[in-house]
Amino acid sequence: MQDLAVNLGIDVLFKGTNFIRLLGGLWTALWISLVSVAISIPLGIGMGVLMTKKNRILKAVLRVYLEFIRIMPQLVLLFIMFFGTTRAFGWDLSGEAASIIVFVLWGTAEMGDLVRGALISIPKHQYESSEALGLTNTQTYLYVIIPQTIRRLIPLSINLITRMIKTTSLILMIGVVEVLKVAQQIIEANRMTSPNGAFGVYLTVFLLYFIACWPISMLAKYLEKKWS
Amino acid sequence: MDLNAIAEYLPLFGEAALLTVKLGILGIIFSIIIGLICAVVQYYKVPVIRRIVSVYIEISRNTPLLVQLFFIYYGLPKVGIPTDAETCGIAGLAFLGGSYMAEAFRSGLESVDKIQTESAYSLGMNKMQTMRYVILPQAISVSIPAFVANVIFLMKETSVFSAISLLDLMFMAKDLMGMYNDTVEALCLLVGFYLIILLPISIVGTIVERRVRRAGFGS
Repeated sequence: MQDLAVNLGIDVLFKGTNFIRLLGGLWTALWISLVSVAISIPLGIGMGVLMTKKNRILKAVLRVYLEFIRIMPQLVLLFIMFFGTTRAFGWDLSGEAASIIVFVLWGTAEMGDLVRGALISIPKHQYESSEALGLTNTQTYLYVIIPQTIRRLIPLSINLITRMIKTTSLILMIGVVEVLKVAQQIIEANRMTSPNGAFGVYLTVFLLYFIACWPISMLAKYLEKKWS
Repeated sequence: MDLNAIAEYLPLFGEAALLTVKLGILGIIFSIIIGLICAVVQYYKVPVIRRIVSVYIEISRNTPLLVQLFFIYYGLPKVGIPTDAETCGIAGLAFLGGSYMAEAFRSGLESVDKIQTESAYSLGMNKMQTMRYVILPQAISVSIPAFVANVIFLMKETSVFSAISLLDLMFMAKDLMGMYNDTVEALCLLVGFYLIILLPISIVGTIVERRVRRAGFGS
């Protein structure tokens, strides 16, 4: 049993505080994605509402923003934010701040598109009827439109959370110490005593990500079925 | 911005882009094969294999590609499975993409009404014929939008290949930024090349989507 653990490099996990450190790394990844989602949701709703407006220039600008964010790999966006803007404008940005900014830009675009989709799926007569009843614009959205869109939106935005958590694995590349970086450090530090550490530790990281994302996507699936 | 530097780096980025495209296309082809197999298994509810497929889909959809690649590239050799970087990149992309493609194809297959299959059987078609002439043509038109989105998604995901020391676009940009400090130039080239690769896919995808939308039954 002992031999097997050494051969698979699982023993490293139980040395010192290694496992706790991995969990700490996972927590970094989680809080960055949760903060980003919390900021993106209100911004995304605002963007979605703006995208349904008739103004052509506004529509075009938002469209270009959405398409650019969508077509660029997230890693490229992270590089532009972390290396590019700091160089071009001479400000200072920590890895965490850069990742949150990129995730918010990305989340707002995705959320905005989801909200737009949900809003245009509401038939026009809903707007017209509320206008005929004398509701103001704010009241129309607050009491008529939003309650109808929210059921469609919640499962989709929960999915966005899992996508963000998965994408946080990339922030290792701009020097944020998250779970993969901690894994690398542990493997390096124990290179002599457990040369097979890479297998056990990376397998653990793999499972940790799965444990973090799977319940959330199950919840999204459940809500989607229940509310559709 | 230094235009001379850009001209100098252009061929380097061209080579890196070729590698990115090559690995991306191979990965996507394998994803399609895996996805088709998984979708058919789930559609016909093949016992036992169906369970394995759904476990695979959940695992692959709920873990990031970077972690999958690290495990394949650094972890597997420790238990005696040697992997070189390119194979590993393609395998990782196929492992990830297979589940996304499976979901796209499955939603297409499931969208075909049961009455279509029953009618085909009552007309004397066998299982293969029903699949070939009745279900597939309708299923494909439904799954095309998700399929196109997956192709773009997988092509974008190749950007993490630099982490397992493949000389792709990302790697090139990082290298030049580190060596010559031409950050802005390198990033402009990076964005430019990704646009060259991804924009055509996106545009062709939109055109195809528009054409197949008319093929849907009853519309």
